[in-house]
Amino acid sequence: MENILAVLTQEFFYAMIRMASPIILAAMGEVMLERAGIFNLGLEGMMLFGAFFAVLGSFLFHSAWAGVALAMMVGVLLGLLFGWAVISIRANQAVTGTAINILALGMTSMLARMIWGVMDVPLSVSSIDVFAIPLLHKMPLLGYVLFQHSPLVYLAYLSVPLAAFVLYRTSWGLKIRAIGEHPKAAETMGIHVLRWKYAMAIIAGSCATLAGSILSLSFMNLFVDNISAGRGFMAVVSVILGQWNPWGIAMGGLIFGFGNALQMRLQSFGIPIPTDLLLIFPIFLALIVVLISKGSSAARPSALAKPYYKE
Amino acid sequence: MTQTGKCVEPAEPAQVNYEQLDLLIRKFENIFYILVPVMAVLISLVVVGIFIVIQNASPLVAYASLFKSSFGSLYDVSNSLNRAVPLILTGLGIAVAARAGIMNLGGEGQIILGGIFATVVAVNLYWLPSALLIPLSIFAGALGGALWAFVPGFFYAKHGTNIIITTILLNDIAIGILGMLVKGPMKEAGGYAPQSAVVALSAKLPFLIDSTRLHVGILIAVVLVLLTQVLVFRSSAGHEIRTIGENPNFARHSGVNVKTMQIWLMLGAGALAGVAGSVEILGSQHRLRSGFLANYGYEALAVALLGQKSPIGVLLAGVLFGALKAGRGGMVRAAELPVSFSMVLSGVIIFFVVISPIMMKFPRAIAVRSMNRSRTKSPQGS
Repeated sequence: MENILAVLTQEFFYAMIRMASPIILAAMGEVMLERAGIFNLGLEGMMLFGAFFAVLGSFLFHSAWAGVALAMMVGVLLGLLFGWAVISIRANQAVTGTAINILALGMTSMLARMIWGVMDVPLSVSSIDVFAIPLLHKMPLLGYVLFQHSPLVYLAYLSVPLAAFVLYRTSWGLKIRAIGEHPKAAETMGIHVLRWKYAMAIIAGSCATLAGSILSLSFMNLFVDNISAGRGFMAVVSVILGQWNPWGIAMGGLIFGFGNALQMRLQSFGIPIPTDLLLIFPIFLALIVVLISKGSSAARPSALAKPYYKE
Repeated sequence: MTQTGKCVEPAEPAQVNYEQLDLLIRKFENIFYILVPVMAVLISLVVVGIFIVIQNASPLVAYASLFKSSFGSLYDVSNSLNRAVPLILTGLGIAVAARAGIMNLGGEGQIILGGIFATVVAVNLYWLPSALLIPLSIFAGALGGALWAFVPGFFYAKHGTNIIITTILLNDIAIGILGMLVKGPMKEAGGYAPQSAVVALSAKLPFLIDSTRLHVGILIAVVLVLLTQVLVFRSSAGHEIRTIGENPNFARHSGVNVKTMQIWLMLGAGALAGVAGSVEILGSQHRLRSGFLANYGYEALAVALLGQKSPIGVLLAGVLFGALKAGRGGMVRAAELPVSFSMVLSGVIIFFVVISPIMMKFPRAIAVRSMNRSRTKSPQGS
């Protein structure tokens, strides 16, 4: 029993907060898009693209923030591409997402080989430093856990109240939710449905690539193949877990942060569980939570994943 | 197919012969059913060609060697067909389930479970004769695949749980389990590499043609395709499946047990993917390795879509994809491209296949235009 509790140290909670941040940030973009009626399974691939282009930007311009900017630009393009396919062409959203995931996996490893060649140790670039928030980081216990992170991690957590505010307290949010529930009625009210859907696709794309840049530039300072390792899917799952409500989604993201941190912790403890099983632990956790929450999806936007035909 | 009203100029509606227009549209649509998948693949080859040019390689050299290493000799053709077998089998299950509106993205995991179950049987029951061991191993594989499809299918049918999410998560879990098994419990005794022992000699699938590696898997695939074709288009169950896909409420009210049917469809899709995994192990690879059919589950999805969700179509699309798969190695070597390039090819093709239904808008437009043209030529009207 003592052994199990020994896992739960300050470092553990620090890792949990940290590991949850990319999932939460990507999920906030995803919830805006899903509220507008589009299901984006390509989140995983977009995160991977983001992670790669962040490193590329940092490599080319010798500045981590230039990398973040490049990643966001790529995110906008990915959002437009995905949006074009599912909004204008009305292609199947899940399969389009899958195509983006496979494309991302192939493209990023291919480009990495092309640009940096084959190396034993991946090339490291300048990364984003930890920014300790003045005064607050000196707080006992919580100071280290909450206030000594990379700026992008704070941004991820700030996106939660921002998304909640936009969705529930502004007329924009009302429009977005109307589009997800009943696009025809929204169009009748004079809302530009297609334009809003595109806007949300762009937001989702740039949030996902930004989340990817957390993985490659804040957690590490390099790109490795498949660095996202299922975190995009975890973000999609947390949207379902959180019932399309930003606060609930943040809780879902923290569960995955917990799973990821626990897996890392157990690995470093040398517990005799095969690495392959430890790595799928957070994914297994996600599956169990999805199955337990079953069909309680009253909050699900009614027009989710349905193509919209403008008359 | 009968909403012709919108496409006609309202100025002189009396002169339009709707029956003739319908016939024309149907004629063009039949052409497009073949044309659209071909176009989708061609466009993706052009786009991938641009990527090849960017890497200072010649797309002509690359595609020539792609074609040569997939159809160049009898041996290459047999190789392409072997690659097609798992794609056809998995794509078949996905296509039938998709007809009932179920998106099975779990082919990847179901294939893996099929491979694991088949290997366990084929390695350990080595004392059985071929006539028993081969069917038993394939049956075990089907069972494994069906098992992996049952959980998402059951929760989807009974509770409406998002099947896309559950199947994808189960894929990653299956990959982890496979990695663990080949490094631990199923590792070849005394071996160093992370792989299982070779399956029993009596479990290996017989080859069809001497001096090639073409195994009987292709026959299994063709038989299952024909059976499924009959099931979908010539049986009452097939009619029910199609009704569920088109209008689940109507199906429910006309007495179809929708939930049971959905679970059975997922079990069937899983079993077919499981057969794909086991046939690959027994026929081609003869032992279990990590990533032994990596990405086949997702490409089978493209095969199902490209084949217009019809079993015969899946067979044709599967052979095409099998050829692309078999030829990739040669292409990557000849044009000196990175190995991960073949994944780019997959991704681009899936992307264009999934957006290709947009082209099904054209038959109507072409029909209307050709009708208008014939009317302006002969002012008396049709």
